[in-house]
Amino acid sequence: MKAAKFDYIQAGSVDEVVDALAKGDGEAIIIAGGQTLMPMLSMRLARPETVIDINRIPELSGIAVDGDEVVIKACTRQATALASAEIQRHLPLLAKAIAYVGHQQTRNRGTIGGSLSHADPASEIPLTALTMDARVRLRSVAGIREVAMADYFLGPMMTARADNEILLSVHFPLPPTGSRTGTAFHEVSERRGDFAVVAAAALIVLDGNGVCSRVALGIGGADGVPKRITGLEDKLRGGKIDPDAIQAAMGEVAATLAPGSDQHAGADYRRRVAGKLAERALIDALTDALLEAENE
Amino acid sequence: MSKRNISVTINGSVYTRQVEPRLSLSDFLRGEQNLHGTHIGCEHGVCGACSILLDGVPIRACLMLAVQADGQELTTVEGLSQDDGTPGLLQDAFQDAHGMQCGYCTPGMLISAQALLADNNDPSLDEIKDAIGGNLCRCTGYVQIIEAIQLAATRLREAG
Repeated sequence: MKAAKFDYIQAGSVDEVVDALAKGDGEAIIIAGGQTLMPMLSMRLARPETVIDINRIPELSGIAVDGDEVVIKACTRQATALASAEIQRHLPLLAKAIAYVGHQQTRNRGTIGGSLSHADPASEIPLTALTMDARVRLRSVAGIREVAMADYFLGPMMTARADNEILLSVHFPLPPTGSRTGTAFHEVSERRGDFAVVAAAALIVLDGNGVCSRVALGIGGADGVPKRITGLEDKLRGGKIDPDAIQAAMGEVAATLAPGSDQHAGADYRRRVAGKLAERALIDALTDALLEAENE
Repeated sequence: MSKRNISVTINGSVYTRQVEPRLSLSDFLRGEQNLHGTHIGCEHGVCGACSILLDGVPIRACLMLAVQADGQELTTVEGLSQDDGTPGLLQDAFQDAHGMQCGYCTPGMLISAQALLADNNDPSLDEIKDAIGGNLCRCTGYVQIIEAIQLAATRLREAG
């Protein structure tokens, strides 16, 4: 359980990172918090020639509200995000999700960008970013591009980010003003802090008349990538939303997912848990939105 | 693949060493510094036995490279004792409440408990469980570990 030899670059700037990635030609890898990469190195599942450390690049850390979005820089620690008043206030769904991510020891090192880059199909931060229609900013020597979460996840631990690109930041849109937003996050795992067997994230936006103007339901752990249940969203959007309407749309969940079986859970179990967690998350998100309306 | 110079503060003293980039921080502490209090259980971030404090917050030493600790301040379980080497308040409480069985997970438990009590000297049962949630005790001796942390918290409050 010792990593193979590699060269180590402690990068001082993003320029330096993209140059090293270009030079590495697919054999260079970025280390941020290391909470996924270190085990991969130790088990020699990853044997890069060069490891590029981005932990000391100031421009890669921070959380800011910028116009109609919240921008989280890639190397922001999960613990920092969890404790952030800006995130509690503007992105409550993300705050709820991060509470399920690992343990204090891993959240103190693990980063938001690292979770998004590794893209484990059961991990909470990618699921939340997908559910909230976030997008990531990527940079290589060729320049900067942005990718929407809908186009980002290609397969288990595979994303649209190329080997020569660094993930700079993730951009979460703020809900429109004058609306009431409710969110909920639920998961089933073997122990608190473990990877989810299945996780569900829900977001419901009600307009001034109580009509559901936006609904998003994301399920993690029940397919090769985190999935939006768009069929259900289409049924619920634009009408009055209540527990009966949610119940009536639930069939879409199982129909959308193709879960696998492994030592943690079978496919049937995952499908059933996904349905139950989806229902619970949507009803809690609705309650949350209505509560916000009462408090106005 | 050349070695790197690092300078790290460990339990209050500064050490300058040359390390291979691939060396984990846990192997550095045990192999280069002879600080065998930091235990290595799983070596891939699951068990928590190698927990240490990095600039005051708990982390897993097996999930960090020694080179990454350059310029930073570490506290290992050895750093929890008093200056004369006798057990500190938390370690005494673990002994008095018998907060261990085989003792393998104990250094990690102590580090997690230390981080908890530094912020909160009156933690609830749930807060204690959450703080040690990332530390596995395969003897399953959790009840007495929790009682030891509660005893330490009581003593901290009494000491004001």
